[in-house]
Parts: sequence; structure tokens; C-alpha cells
Amino acid sequence: MRRVAVVVFPGSNCDADTVAAARAAGSDAYRVWHRATDLQQADVVILPGGFSYGDYLRSGAIARFSPVMAAVSAHARAGGAVLGICNGFQTLCEAGLLPGALMRNARLRFLSRPAWVRVEAVETPFTGLYEQGEVLEIPIAHGDGRFVADPRTAAELEAQGQVVWRYVRDNPNGSTDAIAGICNAGRNVVGIMPHPERRTAPVLGGDDGARVFQSMEAGNATQHAVDVRAVGDHHLRV
Amino acid sequence: MTAYRVEVRVMPRAALLDPQGQAVEHALHALGFNGVARVRVGKHLVLDLDAPSGDAAAAQVRIMCDRLLANPVTEDFDVAVRTT
Repeated sequence: MRRVAVVVFPGSNCDADTVAAARAAGSDAYRVWHRATDLQQADVVILPGGFSYGDYLRSGAIARFSPVMAAVSAHARAGGAVLGICNGFQTLCEAGLLPGALMRNARLRFLSRPAWVRVEAVETPFTGLYEQGEVLEIPIAHGDGRFVADPRTAAELEAQGQVVWRYVRDNPNGSTDAIAGICNAGRNVVGIMPHPERRTAPVLGGDDGARVFQSMEAGNATQHAVDVRAVGDHHLRV
Repeated sequence: MTAYRVEVRVMPRAALLDPQGQAVEHALHALGFNGVARVRVGKHLVLDLDAPSGDAAAAQVRIMCDRLLANPVTEDFDVAVRTT
């Protein structure tokens, strides 16, 4: 059972759904307030959706300086798995843990509706249980979802297989190359604009998002055996 | 130390789509201002700052822009300093 810290910023509003989705996948998920400096031996950190700090200045721009973000960065730099959903994705970009940025939707409207994404990369901690090329229906709910990166970065993302999800059927927000989610070069930090935690059971309209959390939980066995030793209160990555 | 008022202008990168600017441009055309083109919408920030000199104030604010006030991926900024 993986320990999953879901960070709560002032204005986060998808934290409860995210905790529920992670628990449904079998994880030991708990909330961590943004003022915390300790992630309580988290194996995985999730930055949930919402409107941290009212999206003032830019989405995620102020959240990235929250006290907890130092621990999140240290966790990411040590190779720990991090997932940013929607506002969490924006925050990871602002923090420099993922390349690029998310700007106002091309047609300006806030979009809250189903979207379709193709799984482009299965070698991440959050997509291991999907098939390459599988198309998923997952809702979007964002005003600032247009992924942009300079041409060199965008080409690098493609060449290194760092585009994890891509919009199909339409490109709802005008993202560069229809990018819906990416990972970093180390593949341990992942960001996605759609909300997989909102499609984790048939009663929610479908369960296409459930395997994001099941993949994360399935990483347990190998990751713990190979990468992590628990020593006292600390996890040492070796 | 001298009190300075610093004004920061943050604009979306010229190469990037600025849908707000486009929407404003369309609205201006609808009002009959047909000569309007290339409207862009940015942010204007004003702050007061104590610093040993105007150059020092500007230097500090440029660091603020790099770290927080502007996103280097999507925005350009310029800084104007005057004494209050």
C-alpha cells in the first residue's frame, strides 16, 4: 500500500475526490496542508485541481511558493512520483518541475465538459496499466488549459516521448500539439489537465481515469523492493 | 534609502496567441474602430520600494519579475522607476 500525500492549497477543490480515487485504488491516501514542511513519508505526491490562491497573478504562480513546495521539489528531485492534476499541473510548470506553461484557453471560455485523450506514453508511474494509444474519456474543467512551450522544448517533449496524453477529436483549449499531459525527463513528475479522479467508477459516468491511480498503486512492489529502503523515519532512495 | 515607486508592465510574448487581445480587438472593430490592429492585453503592477538607488530598486524588481511577477515562458516585462 503506497502512501499518497494530496496537497491542499487555499482554493484547492478536487482534493477530496483525489483522496477518494487513490483510496479506491488501494492506496493509503491522506491530505497535507500547504503550510506543512513534511510529507509524512509519502511515496507519491499529488497536487490536486482547484483554484489555489484564487488563480491570482497566474494559475499556480503563488502556490508554487507555499512552504510545502520545498518538500515536493525535494521528493521530485529524489525521483519520487509526483502527479499534478489541472491546477496541480499549472503549479508544477510554475515551479519548474515540468517544462512549459498553461495559458488562457484559446477561445477564452472556461470549459467544463468531457474530453477525449489518447495515452501516448505508458512508461510513467501513472500510466503503466494503460495500453499505448488507448483513447480515454475524461472531463476537463479549466480556463487556463492551453499548454505552450517554445518550439525547441515542444520538439524535445515529442522526441523524448514526454507527451503522456494528447487530445483527440478536438483540441479544446488550443494547446501546442494538442498536448493534454506531459512528464519530465526523469518520467517521475507528470501533469495532466483533464481530471482522471472524476472518472473512476461507472456511477461517475465511466472509469477511464481509475487506472491513473491503480498504476500508481501497482508501482508499489517494484519501487519499494528496488528503489527505496525504509530507515527509521526516513525513506532512503538507493 | 529612498522611497521609489516602481511600475512593472508584463505582456504576453509577441509570438504567442493572446486570445484576450483578439477578443478586445474584435469588440473595438464592432464599435467602429476599424483602424485598430494587434491589440494585446497585459498586466500593470505598481509597488513602492525603499532602496539605496533607483538602479538598485530596478534590479530588485527585475529579480521579482524573474521569480514571481512574470512567467519567463510566456511573458516579457519592463520596469520603470521613479521617486515618490
